[in-house]
Amino acid sequence: MKVVIVGGGKTMFFLGRNFAAKGYRVVIINRNMEECEDLAKQLKAVVIFGDGSNAGTLEDAGTASADAVLAITPHDQDNLVICQLAVNRFRVPRAIALANDPDNVKVFEKLGIQAFSTTHIVSSLIEQRATFEEITNLMPLGEGKVNITELVIGSGSPVAGKQLKDICLPDNSLIAVIIRNNQSIVPRGPNELHLNDRVVVITLPENHGKVLKMLTGEE
Amino acid sequence: MKKQSRYLVIIGCGQLGSHLANKLSLAGDSVVVIDRNERSFENLSSDFSGFRIEGDATRVGTLKEARMEKADVVVAVSGSDNVNIMVAQVARSVFGIKHTVARVYEQNHQELCEKMGIRTICTTRIAAEHFLLEITGQSEQGRTSL
Repeated sequence: MKVVIVGGGKTMFFLGRNFAAKGYRVVIINRNMEECEDLAKQLKAVVIFGDGSNAGTLEDAGTASADAVLAITPHDQDNLVICQLAVNRFRVPRAIALANDPDNVKVFEKLGIQAFSTTHIVSSLIEQRATFEEITNLMPLGEGKVNITELVIGSGSPVAGKQLKDICLPDNSLIAVIIRNNQSIVPRGPNELHLNDRVVVITLPENHGKVLKMLTGEE
Repeated sequence: MKKQSRYLVIIGCGQLGSHLANKLSLAGDSVVVIDRNERSFENLSSDFSGFRIEGDATRVGTLKEARMEKADVVVAVSGSDNVNIMVAQVARSVFGIKHTVARVYEQNHQELCEKMGIRTICTTRIAAEHFLLEITGQSEQGRTSL
């Protein structure tokens, strides 16, 4: 797996370190000479000093053989053009742009470029975590379109003691696993939820809050 | 009969943007100029009777403020290729504007835009043509005039 990352700052540094640790071949493009020198010393990555929205720089980075390009500069217009060059000129199978302005997520997707907004991700994480105390784990999947959440059935839960078939969860949500006494059960309709069970639920952003309320009883 | 006035949105009020804005405004078009730097509007002459918006054209909100959805033509001539390429695409895909044109400096960017169906004018290429013609008497394509 070869990943080209265009950008700088701490996000880029830790992403690069993370990818390198996974054994990916990492190429970084950065416009700041000093930062490039630091990155080259600290990361197991090829570091290229230059403008990532310049086709020549992308070519030097070997973008044509990359499996993915990540554009995470602080400028949305640069991230868009980097990804469009990657896709149109270098035929990179996956190009992902950071949308600094959350409104640009939709715009980029309309223009055929996959985008994410840290504002969206962080604010939804904070909202979800702040509302429900019993949630111990939470992971967005599929570009944040699917959530996997682990929670504890507490004493205030309206579903403790009920069978799964009697719990009317909204469409497109699922109790995937019940963890009880260190045993995992993939439950079916007749299984009951007990007090202190840990359950793993799969939800979509639109029904996430509702499902969690139904299971924990918390507002 | 008086020619019907068009509604034009120009992004960038530098040398090129202000020149176009002055001329088109004088010719009777209704012009809005967007620039993120208020001082750029000093480039506008007394011929200019349109509107000026200080803001970042890569934000959809700014383009909405300029009522881009009503534009007959969108001209992206800021100093940044990437801003121009992005705005031209947003004008077309988000606001449904058919007639858009972007200025780019880099020839690679012009190629990218052609692939995506974005109309561009590459000022570097045009200047190079003129210089070559001046120097050698022949343009790049072997034509003797532009």
